[in-house]
Amino acid sequence: MANVRLTIDGQMVTVPSDTSIIEAAKMIDIEIPALCYDPNLEVVSACRLCIVEIEGSKKLQTACSTRVKEGMVVHTHSEKVVEARKDILQLLLDSHPNDCLTCQKAGECLLQKYAYEYGLKFREHDGAMRPQLLDTSSPYILKDNAKCILCGKCVRTCYEVSERQVLYFADRGYGTKIVCDADQTLEESSCVSCNRCVTVCPVGALIDKRVMGKIRAWEGSSKVVNCKVCQYGCEFEVKSNGKENVAVVAKPPANGRPLCLKGRLTTELLYVDKPEDPYRKVDGKFEKTTWAKALSLVDIMEKVEKLDSVNDEIGEK
Amino acid sequence: MNIIINGIQYEVEKGITILEACRKAGIDIPTLCHDDRLEPSSSCRMCLVEIEGSKKLVTSCSTLVKENMVVYTHSARVMEARKEVLDLLVSNHPMECLTCAKSGKCKLQDYCYEYGITEASYKGARRKPKIDTSNPFYDYDASKCILCGLCIRVCDELQGTSAIGFENRGFDVVVTTPFNEGLVNSKCVSCGNCVSVCPVGALTPKKQTYRHWETKKVRTTCSYCGVGCQMDLVVKENRVVGVEPANVVPNDGLLCVKGKFAYKFINHPDRLKTPLIKRNGKFEEASWDEAYRYIRRKVNEIKEENGPDAFAGLTSARCTNEENYLFQKLFRAVIGTNNVDHCARL
Amino acid sequence: MTNSIGEIVNTDAMFVIGSNTTENHPVIATKMKQAVRRGAKLIVADPRRIELADYADVYLQLKPGTNIALLNSMMNVILEKGLYDKKFIEEKCENFEELVKVVKEYTPERAAEICGVKAEDIIKAATIYGEAEKAGIYYTMGITQHTTGTNGVMSVSNLALLCGNVGKESAGVNPLRGQNNVQGACDMGGLPGDLPGYQKVFKPEVIEKFEKAWNTKLSSKVGLTIPEIMDGAADGSIKFLYIMGENPMVSDPDINHVKHALENVDFLVVQDIFMTETAEFADVILPAASFAEKDGTFSNTERRVQRVRKAIDPVGESKPDWKIIMELMNYLGYSKKYLHPSDIMDEIASVTPSYAGISYDRLEDGGIQWPCLDKDHSGTKYLHKGNIARGKGLFMPSDYAESAETPDREYPYLLTTGRILYHYHTRTMTGKVDGINKLAPSSYVEINEETANRLGISDGDRVRIASRRGEIETTAKITEIIDDGVLFMPFHFADGAANYLTNPARDPIAKISELKVAAVKIEKVC
Repeated sequence: MANVRLTIDGQMVTVPSDTSIIEAAKMIDIEIPALCYDPNLEVVSACRLCIVEIEGSKKLQTACSTRVKEGMVVHTHSEKVVEARKDILQLLLDSHPNDCLTCQKAGECLLQKYAYEYGLKFREHDGAMRPQLLDTSSPYILKDNAKCILCGKCVRTCYEVSERQVLYFADRGYGTKIVCDADQTLEESSCVSCNRCVTVCPVGALIDKRVMGKIRAWEGSSKVVNCKVCQYGCEFEVKSNGKENVAVVAKPPANGRPLCLKGRLTTELLYVDKPEDPYRKVDGKFEKTTWAKALSLVDIMEKVEKLDSVNDEIGEK
Repeated sequence: MNIIINGIQYEVEKGITILEACRKAGIDIPTLCHDDRLEPSSSCRMCLVEIEGSKKLVTSCSTLVKENMVVYTHSARVMEARKEVLDLLVSNHPMECLTCAKSGKCKLQDYCYEYGITEASYKGARRKPKIDTSNPFYDYDASKCILCGLCIRVCDELQGTSAIGFENRGFDVVVTTPFNEGLVNSKCVSCGNCVSVCPVGALTPKKQTYRHWETKKVRTTCSYCGVGCQMDLVVKENRVVGVEPANVVPNDGLLCVKGKFAYKFINHPDRLKTPLIKRNGKFEEASWDEAYRYIRRKVNEIKEENGPDAFAGLTSARCTNEENYLFQKLFRAVIGTNNVDHCARL
Repeated sequence: MTNSIGEIVNTDAMFVIGSNTTENHPVIATKMKQAVRRGAKLIVADPRRIELADYADVYLQLKPGTNIALLNSMMNVILEKGLYDKKFIEEKCENFEELVKVVKEYTPERAAEICGVKAEDIIKAATIYGEAEKAGIYYTMGITQHTTGTNGVMSVSNLALLCGNVGKESAGVNPLRGQNNVQGACDMGGLPGDLPGYQKVFKPEVIEKFEKAWNTKLSSKVGLTIPEIMDGAADGSIKFLYIMGENPMVSDPDINHVKHALENVDFLVVQDIFMTETAEFADVILPAASFAEKDGTFSNTERRVQRVRKAIDPVGESKPDWKIIMELMNYLGYSKKYLHPSDIMDEIASVTPSYAGISYDRLEDGGIQWPCLDKDHSGTKYLHKGNIARGKGLFMPSDYAESAETPDREYPYLLTTGRILYHYHTRTMTGKVDGINKLAPSSYVEINEETANRLGISDGDRVRIASRRGEIETTAKITEIIDDGVLFMPFHFADGAANYLTNPARDPIAKISELKVAAVKIEKVC
């Protein structure tokens, strides 16, 4: 692959010719803000936050989708760029609920991060707000459409696994929203609670319910462990509040790390000190179940117990 | 003596408060205005507990334990009362956690999360934003103040400066300097001990450029006077961005203006970054190897011609013990002279 | 300090002399104020009406340079009133008769005359100190920076011994060390006559021990102190000077002399974190890492050895001082390598009895106060417990003597110098902080209103001050906290530096310069 040389914020950088501007900037430690961009997902240029100024080009260009060119001169934080980003962020804030006070995402929310960086606040206005459409049907995932910024990362990551493909965009314009299958609840839909969508959501629209109320992003400590259920070995973070392990959080999926509910529950049972009861979806309904059933261990457990009692008898003799 | 907390019997010392007894038993009671170093003020009402036989809830920070006392720290009545306290506070608090400098280290935020207060239910009057920005190191935002009084009491009881106090009554109470002349015109000595104890975002360092969750803290010893205060350097991306006092000996959670705020020399652009060698009256950048070789050549020349007592070294009261030890060892064991001294007389 | 900072709050009486504690040791001052709140008595003696004076039961505004007369007089009163600790003196002290003989001459009336204070205040102060069960004396450079500095310290010690305030909790003789690790620099042998742990270079057994430990030959000839080194550099006998983390071009007395010395020395190495006034004269400058960029330990004023921890990487190509010195030693043929400062501490512990029990493992959960004699020793909260360290407490009485330079017709004013809250030493660090510079931007001189009126000087005027050694310009600050005829300047500022004026005359024993008293003249700049 041929290399090209370009200038970003006055710094010269040489990168392969198929590199995007956002990745080229990253190589020289320049961070371009982005909400919908994820190097593991298809590039869609939806959030517009990564816009940059390219000399010779009238319009601002999205750094995620624009490839580098020889001799290109890019400004990632020019006044024009910063102003445009502020507009975008302010519009997002204008239809976002103001509840960082207790929002589970606070501390790792990208909207919060960029609002801080660009000095923006929630403001009072009499315009419309996204309607409250809280899907509380799943014991694993809380879906809060009011907080959704429509970046579509969840749709893209769900679409990548052929047997899933649960999440879609629905409706148009201001009414656009993310739905499960034919606008069903998480419970009714074909969702298998793998939490891929939760791990990529940049805001508080998709939340892991089993972490809620237990620990905030900045509290305690966490340790990364690998799932032991199958050979993929997906990564999970075990969250501790200093006294005990309180939750297990899936790390984003990657190539060869698909994530699944069984893996997450197994990791939870292994590491969390007081795990909540597990749930199983039976005929489109979540029902509380035992750990043995949730992890499909009933047959194995029975056999293990039987063997153990035989061994005990031998031991007694 | 014996007391029963949440159904479990504990043996506790006489003369301690219920709060102290609970903390020793590992039971967490929320407080906003409490500080072990200060007299209890019982103003925030978060530490309320229920005592059998007592009609009213009592503040655990100021109530002493009694023989056979039966205490409930998290009964429904207590929880409701605490929620009410939080609700009232939040109802008169700007909803700015999105960008507030204190977010992530704010006790009001912590307790709202813990007690599930997601929004204010009282929609009445709110204080107007009023910020005193006159001090060069920190700002006071009265609209975020929860009037716990910790700042006033630390300034008075521990720091002994008494620069600030409450003014007005009822809804209009504010923390201010005498005659409202602004912090910079008051007796304030910018020690920042008020900033360090503020549980919310009312007193915050000026131009804070980090969010608490982006930082790590490193316990160290202050590099100014000989008191040796213990403190935590707040570090973000390999830069020191703040200092917080440590509540241990010898400083017990206090610092002075230098320790708390005079840290910006560390990442100052004027820091010396490479060895410099003077050539023809001008300093030129050099490699470490060049600098060491140059010094070695001079040491050998001068030692040969004039002997070791033509050498002298000034070691430093600002360097560590290990460095001072090595410096005098360099002069004594390697060069061969006792001509080594430092600024102990200055 | 013989005692600990934490003990201050429980004391019965404090005698603060020659220390502006609220500005120079702010956190210790908070403890003193807390003690006053709890009912402790406070005596303050200082030429300036410092903030602590507002909290004092007695405030003595003595003339700079008259400490010994005051201290002797207080002892005179204590003896007179029978407030001394007879049992303690009998059992634990010697040379008491000599003390009685000397202080007998210092009646409150005579001392009042010398010191410029009221006799009744001396009596009151002596009574408070003498009557207290536990009383601590706290002092700094106001006692030591005189040609009679050593005698001043001895007089402080005499007073403490006289009332049995040594080897007791919440009492003691407590010099407050001015700089973060001045205690440690002394402990580590950063002194011309002392190897680590104050082991004397002139003792053959000491030299033998260190020659063995370091595997090299050592000199037993006592080296030169800083003022002598500067003289040597000026007269050409010192050819090579290596200055680490010091800035004598601002901090040392008689800057013109220092300048001459630095210009004259053949080869000057300066190791620092910034380009200082001193570094400008260097032949080689070595960039050092700041305290935030390295591991190590500092020993505070109460002998507490505490950890310094690396928080960030060294800036640019700078290196921690220990690494620089080690590498230079290696270049010079001494091959020992240390991988981490903890290795150096292990070596320190092996040759320094008072640090013998100190290691990084033990310091992880908090500092340890030396003497710490072995791995199981928990450190020493206060010294001389049970028995005085040298065997018996020795009274070392001395007579008051005038300062080397006193005001005369040509230089009619007395200049004293010191520090202020907002700056540290020569501003190498604090001078880089915007907020600090806003609060304390530049050099000034404090002048009493009457003095100012006589000279036609108003607040904020530019003034020229000259001594026999130099001349500077600065800004006048009219104040009531200082006496008529006395001027005060902070020494921090390179521009309008007080040390162009100060007197390098030295105490014959400690070789400390008389930075607290110089005769000057002052006039308004037209």
